[in-house]
Amino acid sequence: MLNSAKDQPTLISLEDVQKWYGAFHALKSISLSVRKGEKIVLCGPSGSGKSTLIRCINALETIEEGKIVVEGQVLDGSTKSIDAIRREVGMVFQSFNLFPHMTVLQNCTLAPMRVRGTSHTDAERLARKYLERVRILDQAEKYPAQLSGGQQQRVAIARALCMEPKVMLFDEPTSALDPEMVKEVLDTMIGLARDGMTMICVTHEMGFARQVADRVIFMASGEIVEEAEPEVFFKSPKHQRTKTFLGEILAHH
Amino acid sequence: MGPIGENEFFFLMQGLKWTVLLAIVGFIGGGIFGILIALLRTSKTKVARRITAGYIGVFQGTPLLMQLFVVYYGVALLGIEVNAWIAVAIAFTLHASAFLGEIWRGSIEAVPKGQTEAANALGLHYVSRMKDVILPQALKISMPATIGFLVQLIKGTSLAAIVGFIELTRAGQIISNQTYRPLLVFGIVGAIYFIICWPLSHAGSGLEKRMAKAAR
Repeated sequence: MLNSAKDQPTLISLEDVQKWYGAFHALKSISLSVRKGEKIVLCGPSGSGKSTLIRCINALETIEEGKIVVEGQVLDGSTKSIDAIRREVGMVFQSFNLFPHMTVLQNCTLAPMRVRGTSHTDAERLARKYLERVRILDQAEKYPAQLSGGQQQRVAIARALCMEPKVMLFDEPTSALDPEMVKEVLDTMIGLARDGMTMICVTHEMGFARQVADRVIFMASGEIVEEAEPEVFFKSPKHQRTKTFLGEILAHH
Repeated sequence: MGPIGENEFFFLMQGLKWTVLLAIVGFIGGGIFGILIALLRTSKTKVARRITAGYIGVFQGTPLLMQLFVVYYGVALLGIEVNAWIAVAIAFTLHASAFLGEIWRGSIEAVPKGQTEAANALGLHYVSRMKDVILPQALKISMPATIGFLVQLIKGTSLAAIVGFIELTRAGQIISNQTYRPLLVFGIVGAIYFIICWPLSHAGSGLEKRMAKAAR
């Protein structure tokens, strides 16, 4: 744990969230609350609903039942609530999803200009600041295809930061990367965590979880199975499914 | 048999002028409405998708010649007097918008879903998402097919002869009737079409190859 988030106000809360894809029950009564500055690591086997869960928070997926509140804004499906929430929530995807026809700098300035109405000059200043922070400012004029995977993912982080979000969601940010590039992205995320960003990370990087997470949440078959501080989670997991999962994943690392 | 001299050649060039103008009008008009059709065809509103699907179906499922007739005489039936130019421009615009709309619908859908998701996650609204993110990529993907359709359209303008337009093919027919040298005249006419269309087709397949390489 880097800093205590115990006394901080709740930033995100999910109450009894249910989601189905047709007959498939993807999220089963998920309740979760995240305080300001907290770092949550979500892990679990593929298909367990962890990506779906974080994608519901910024309304990339809709929910059938339950309640999601971000910074006091209830997500009710209206454009207004979706807009308000997306302004506060940044997201980084497994496959980067940079805009390939724009330079790194343009990728970063687009949303501040279009969504916040920031002037071109200010948006560029902002972009340079965050590109500097992810240590990739020297590539600002290049196109995404000219960068390595690790560099692209760092640009994606900078692009999200340019909207100055209160929370960052990471959806398996290192899963599509070659092993030698994982570290540069994780280091960037660790830096963000140190600066007090509220983060929810879907990742299998257990070293990262140990180092920065306040809580590790284990999901399986659409349910939260176990939730604990990393020390406890890794040393003495309670549930058999958690033990099996950890056994498999730690054997590989 | 009469000779084919300067006058005849000039006459053909006059015809070529109309062919090119018709193709340009059809392409620009069809391009503007085609984008609209493509956007409606990919919209969230079911009614808009249905209507544009029907529109595309009608114009893809009937001959261009018939479309020209219907618009030319149909507009006159409405009691509006328009010259052949406007009637033909409308017909080509409708025709091209259906085809381009369908081509661009496909390219919009070919842009990876992650692009829309990233735009959504950043809070970008529909207009910016389309204008800044999706359409530039979709148009690039569509370039080979779009150029292919332009070539079809250029050749299709010859059908405008039916409503009295003296474009390239009709001009050739007239010269051929005067000179009794159909093979020579239509050889020249064919060569002119080829000189315009072949470089376009070539550019189209060049683009396709380059894009295939870039996608690898």
